[in-house]
Amino acid sequence: MASSHPAGAAPRIYAVVGNPNCGKSTLFNALTGLKQKVGNYPGVTVEKKIGTAYSQHGQPMTMIDMPGAYSLAARSPDEAVTRDVLLGRRSDTPAPERIICIVDASNLDRSLYLVHQVLDLGRPVILVLNMMDIAAKNGITLRTARLEKELGIPVIPCEAVNGNGLIDLKLAMSRPDLPLSRHAWDVPAAIASAVAELQASLAHDGKPPLSARAEALLLLTDQDAVRVSGSTPLSVRTSEILKGWQRRWENEGTDWAAILVQSRYDAIGKIADEVVERRPVGSSATDRIDAAVTHPIWGWIILGAVMALVFLSIFTLAEYPMDWIDHHVAALGEWVRSSLPPGDLRNLLTDGAIAGVGSILVFLPQILILFFFIGLLESTGYMARAAFIMDRLMSRVGLNGRSFIPMLSSYACAIPGIMATRTIEDSKDRLVTILVAPLMSCSARLPVYLIMIAALVPGDRVPLLTKVGIMMLMYLLGTGGAFGFAWLFRRTLLKGAPSMMIMELPPYHLPRLRDVAFHMVERAWIFVRNAGTIILAISIVLWFLAAYPRAPQGATAQQQLAGSFAGMAGHAIEPLIKPLGFDWRVGIGLISSFAAREVFVSSTAVVFSVENIGEGKTMNVAPLRTALRDARWPDGRALFTPLVCLSLMVYYVFAMQCMSTVAIVWRETNSLRWPLFQIFYMTGTAWVVTFIVYQGGRALGF
Amino acid sequence: MQAQAKLSELSVGASAIVRAYPKAGASFLRLREMGVLPGTSVTLVRTAPLGDPIEIKVRGYSLTLRKSEAEHIVVEPV
Repeated sequence: MASSHPAGAAPRIYAVVGNPNCGKSTLFNALTGLKQKVGNYPGVTVEKKIGTAYSQHGQPMTMIDMPGAYSLAARSPDEAVTRDVLLGRRSDTPAPERIICIVDASNLDRSLYLVHQVLDLGRPVILVLNMMDIAAKNGITLRTARLEKELGIPVIPCEAVNGNGLIDLKLAMSRPDLPLSRHAWDVPAAIASAVAELQASLAHDGKPPLSARAEALLLLTDQDAVRVSGSTPLSVRTSEILKGWQRRWENEGTDWAAILVQSRYDAIGKIADEVVERRPVGSSATDRIDAAVTHPIWGWIILGAVMALVFLSIFTLAEYPMDWIDHHVAALGEWVRSSLPPGDLRNLLTDGAIAGVGSILVFLPQILILFFFIGLLESTGYMARAAFIMDRLMSRVGLNGRSFIPMLSSYACAIPGIMATRTIEDSKDRLVTILVAPLMSCSARLPVYLIMIAALVPGDRVPLLTKVGIMMLMYLLGTGGAFGFAWLFRRTLLKGAPSMMIMELPPYHLPRLRDVAFHMVERAWIFVRNAGTIILAISIVLWFLAAYPRAPQGATAQQQLAGSFAGMAGHAIEPLIKPLGFDWRVGIGLISSFAAREVFVSSTAVVFSVENIGEGKTMNVAPLRTALRDARWPDGRALFTPLVCLSLMVYYVFAMQCMSTVAIVWRETNSLRWPLFQIFYMTGTAWVVTFIVYQGGRALGF
Repeated sequence: MQAQAKLSELSVGASAIVRAYPKAGASFLRLREMGVLPGTSVTLVRTAPLGDPIEIKVRGYSLTLRKSEAEHIVVEPV
């Protein structure tokens, strides 16, 4: 609808559409600057990005950044959302009036496939040929004017990375009238009558004629249509017609979808022959890099080195901001303590809200650094290579190579790992990865492991080898558990066709630090905003459980905790955890550390009346270790025998003790069912395995 | 005319023309949409360090697929 747009009317709505890795985000960021709103499409975990760009005359234009897609015949939730928004099937998103198609200029044939589908929609389209410089380096020349003539729409050469072509694009966007594509192609005879019939039925359902034709064509390639929540279903009549034709073709042995794809590529091929000029060039930089990166020996060394670098950075760089946050959270607590009169409100704020939120906030530096590296790996193109190398191993448990980076990231913290699963196209693969990622031993488990190792080994100093050995055992146990459960879930709960590994290996790019940093802040903000309220709520509940009922005046912190609801709960669960070798005091630790695993250390210190053990690097384990060694059952047996220490560590390997993860899984799976299932299966496994370890150890005489 | 082979049987560096997809299915439709069509020339660039998946060059870009998918694609080596 190329009607003129009166000044003062609501801003025109543009959708930005393109393949993954075509530079779409860079272009979108360049057009909208920081004026973006990021959220989710309701009911489906696909990122919704809306921004505002301004024309050369200062007119605002609304831009919707569609998720990357290779085809409108959707295979992933990302592509399904792109399809549904463009077809006007989503009530939560306005149908775009105009569409900007961005393609990688060095990859024209394949990119034009999506463009070809988009042109069918009957809306004005602007075609942006991005990365013209890279195409030139690859010996590719594009006759832009010729392409413009063939398609009958504005075609704009562009290098989004350095801003070239942006002004031309904005000028085109400001044009009051944009032509509709002149490109005509014939629907192959074998399916033409089906398309006509479906089109008529869709038009009858109220679709405009061109859009009805586009949708009719799409229905034929949408073989096992990915339906996502929020999309309007087809009318009964239309789906009956579709099924009728499909039955008929199946009987005749006609592969209708293949015919359609072939005819589109035939039409594209004719255009490309006119437009693309190739001159042979030697091997590209990407070819040379890949020769090393995917080499049978060097590939592993490079992968190992990259990952080692990531983890080294997390553990060394994160330390300073973590100490800083720790310090300031404590200072804030002190400040509130000194400026409010003593009472419940003060304690609620300091011991509940500030301490609780602080215990999560302290992981924010790690989370940010991980997001940064994940963004860096993605934007350079290395992520796809890591998936390529690891696919064989991951496929043994029914996952695919793309699950590797999310799982590995979870060794530092499951939250960025789980949020990075959005790059996994297959929704079952993605869900399995989310379910098992928290089993990878994250850094919040370290303090628990350290204190237990200290209590386990006799003497004051723990020999390094013993420490490393026990640690390794715990990491292996968690990793084995993760892969074991992935295997199990893929065969039972989330059975389905084996996932595909049809993946583009994009050319390497120098990272755009601005985009990576932007992405990092965006992710972190999503985490804080979504998890923040849940963390705050649970912190307050946990505080309440530990602070009530009030102990009489003059009671120690230990007596208060022992008599509180948390203490009662510890007593209440004692019969349940006694077979694991734990008493009610350990039970309090387990309950209070549901918020975050490392809280176990501080609450255990309170339960056993140890003061000032400090945290992080300054943590002094000696007093707590002594207290734990002195702890006794009522009958005088030692509580923390080496076997019990080991059992407790094993428990923490498996148990779901992290409310931030619960919150983020809730958001990323869009239902409360999966995080609840996760709590149940992980904690259940923790109990069973710990039971086996403890009882087995006892039977062996430990 | 040369004998036909499976895409999964090509040796590294060898090129071939895609001839047929004997099987239908979602993954093969996607491969077609990615431009791997009968008549298209493909080159096997490498196999992953563990022998699977494979990387092919098609229409000037690199694409990976598993051998379990490639063995259902009939090609004609050139």
